[in-house]
Amino acid sequence: MLQIFVDPQFDFIGRRRWAYLASVVFILIGLGSMVAKGGLRYGIDFSGGTLIQVRFERAVLVERIRTSLERIQMGESVIQEFGDPREFILRLPLAETSAEAVTRRVQEALAADAALGKAEVRRVEFVGPQVGRDLQVQALYAVLWSMAGILIYIAIRFDLKGGFASIAAIIHDVLVCLGAMSLTNREMSLPVLAALLTIIGYSVNDTIVAYDRVRENRGKGLRRGQPFATQINAAINQTLSRTVLTALTVFFSTVVLYLFGGKVLEDLAFVLTVGVITGTYSTVYIAGSLIVEWTGWMEGRGQARKKLVAKA
Amino acid sequence: MRRHLWLRIGIVAAVFLGSLLYLYPPPVVREYLYGPAAPGRRGGILPSTLNLGLDLQGGIHLVLGVDLDKAIEAQVERAGSGLRASLERKGIAVKDIQRRGATELVVELASPGTWAAAQPTFGELAIFETKEADQAAGRVVLLLRAREGAALRDLAVRQGLETIRNRVDQFGVAEPSIQQQGENRILIQLPGVQDPERAKALIGKTALLEFKLLDERTPVEEALAGKLPDGSEILYQKRVDKETKQEHRLPFVIQKKTLLTGADLSTARVSIDQNTSEPYVSVEFNAAGARAFAELTEANVNKRLAIILDGNVHSAPVIRERIPSGQAQITGGFTTEEATDLAIVLRAGALPAPVQVLEERTVGPSLGADSIRQGIIAILASTALVCLFMLVYYRLSGLIANVALGLNLLVLMAVMAGFHATLTLPGIAGIALTVGMAVDTNILIFERVREELRSGKTVRAAIDAGFSRAFKTVVDTHVTVLVSGLILYQFGTGPVKGFAVTLMIGIVASLFTAVFFTRLLFDLIYTASRKVVSVSI
Repeated sequence: MLQIFVDPQFDFIGRRRWAYLASVVFILIGLGSMVAKGGLRYGIDFSGGTLIQVRFERAVLVERIRTSLERIQMGESVIQEFGDPREFILRLPLAETSAEAVTRRVQEALAADAALGKAEVRRVEFVGPQVGRDLQVQALYAVLWSMAGILIYIAIRFDLKGGFASIAAIIHDVLVCLGAMSLTNREMSLPVLAALLTIIGYSVNDTIVAYDRVRENRGKGLRRGQPFATQINAAINQTLSRTVLTALTVFFSTVVLYLFGGKVLEDLAFVLTVGVITGTYSTVYIAGSLIVEWTGWMEGRGQARKKLVAKA
Repeated sequence: MRRHLWLRIGIVAAVFLGSLLYLYPPPVVREYLYGPAAPGRRGGILPSTLNLGLDLQGGIHLVLGVDLDKAIEAQVERAGSGLRASLERKGIAVKDIQRRGATELVVELASPGTWAAAQPTFGELAIFETKEADQAAGRVVLLLRAREGAALRDLAVRQGLETIRNRVDQFGVAEPSIQQQGENRILIQLPGVQDPERAKALIGKTALLEFKLLDERTPVEEALAGKLPDGSEILYQKRVDKETKQEHRLPFVIQKKTLLTGADLSTARVSIDQNTSEPYVSVEFNAAGARAFAELTEANVNKRLAIILDGNVHSAPVIRERIPSGQAQITGGFTTEEATDLAIVLRAGALPAPVQVLEERTVGPSLGADSIRQGIIAILASTALVCLFMLVYYRLSGLIANVALGLNLLVLMAVMAGFHATLTLPGIAGIALTVGMAVDTNILIFERVREELRSGKTVRAAIDAGFSRAFKTVVDTHVTVLVSGLILYQFGTGPVKGFAVTLMIGIVASLFTAVFFTRLLFDLIYTASRKVVSVSI
């Protein structure tokens, strides 16, 4: 029988301060990268603009395309190779003219340079300023609502304490994902948002598994009288192989998607992959530890009150 | 749980066969399940019963915003000229009727003496209420009632939808989707369109056809210099030189009063000029339009009549004689394609207000095919890797989980086909992700069974305890993913919605395949025979 952990006895909770430090450092690096780059980069879904995916007959240089586009003066455009030296993404800022006009002018400009050869327009996406703004607001609501939904569910099934700890872990995971995106120069787009929402729903799974175990152990009367931190630590250890194995299979899927799913799905797969890793980590270190902190704080307050009563 | 073995086998068999039937129906059943087959759907090796999104089969996704303020303005102006006509019919001279803002009409009578006589006519305009009245000056300000304004807005969007639907139908697109989105937006999805530019031009054109007389008393030079009489305006004729591709703009001074519009037409079609072999559009007025056209031509012989489409002068022929037939021709150096599209928009009618493209996503068919290929590779590779892992780690139980995973994917696609859900590229990513998540359920169960075995339980007891204890946890974990999935579905547009759909169906299906079906296999293998001493897990 293959087993990754045989009766693990790691002291996760005892080392939680180190985990906090690691999380804070990574999140600060991510935030620092965002600040240094002038905020998270938004794709046209949220910022508005025109995206044109073209494929040339043969490999061409980005510079060549840039020279062609500069001639029509469409403003600050971004030109990126897209998975193949013949294929490029051209991103143009919002212009006064319509998407058709922008596409036509770009096509004409590319056709004007004979050295570029024939260019096939494979995809055009235009998002107007109104739609972009609407999507930004809706995206924020979607993230907040799904967190609220999960908080309510966990509060009902378990308790409010577990709910808030899970939300803290989720926020941790989202921040780590955003930081990783900024570090790898990825844009916030609709597929990336889909990936973030999925992580929000998924990363809390392992926390539930571990938290469920605490309750089960208590129900059986096991570990009665032990400090809460020990109970949580035991539950995390008992469910550790589950936590790691379930994350592993999802990790397999997202990595495969990243490698073979094509350029369009790359960012989505990237965020899912980072999310699965940080989601597993945050289950073990963040959610469990925060529940311990909260419980400790509450008990401390309870004892302080008892003392006050005794004095009076 | 070991009871009802045959019932459970029956249920699984029914689900399996039902899924196959929905995915690959024989022709007779297909028509019953899906209606007449849609022709020529691209899909590669994907079952043809799956509804593919525009990002996979190529096509146009458009969101148009209807300019409702313009629709209201046009309606208020029409009411203004109607009011002028009815006042004048009653012999009440009008000095001026002007639209102020979007919803107000300022009426000035020529003499305050006709005040009393004019009042009933204002009353007849039920959609307006009197906002200000100055009897001494003979001046009234009418305001469009708020309720009427809301009704007009609603009507404008519905008319816009109807008109665009007519145009798309006549253009000939298989399975178009045209829906209202929010208050003033129209979502149009056209799968597999070969010439997106043409389709967009056809859909977005306001196509307001107007017949107006030229103001031949005002020389063009004077008008351009700013000496323009009140009732006239300058409009241009735009011509693109076919060789040099340069645009020429020829100004015309035209009387503002609209004599006839496209609404008075009964039909429009493309004809070819016998002499020049150039295409033109011949239009035919309806009965009332034909009568008005006859009167108009009779009264204005030897004058020039401008035919104006969306503010551009198409032609301005001289009226030679009274035209009683109600037929007219719109010429203007068209290509056959342009003439065809113009005839379509004239037949379908004008949009009640100008529209603006708010969002557009066009995917060419070659990119769609590439995406399908890469997506399928990703799903297969993900399945292979996950299955291999399960097999190595859990051996026979892993094999059982893999069979369950296969059933999960089958059920997932069958449910998509059955509900006519749309498979998009992110949806394919959702399937690949489902592969990894669906086996999670089995991992939770198997780990629990192992633990029960370690605690010294017999094989049967361990399996029983493993399944029943893990079940609650499995449901909990599914609910949280479903919560995010539902919110994503609510929020998402096209492709992203597809991701939420496959993820949610996959997760729910795994409750059946990874719990119910896996349990059945366990019962068949391990507990049907009396003596079981070991379990391969």
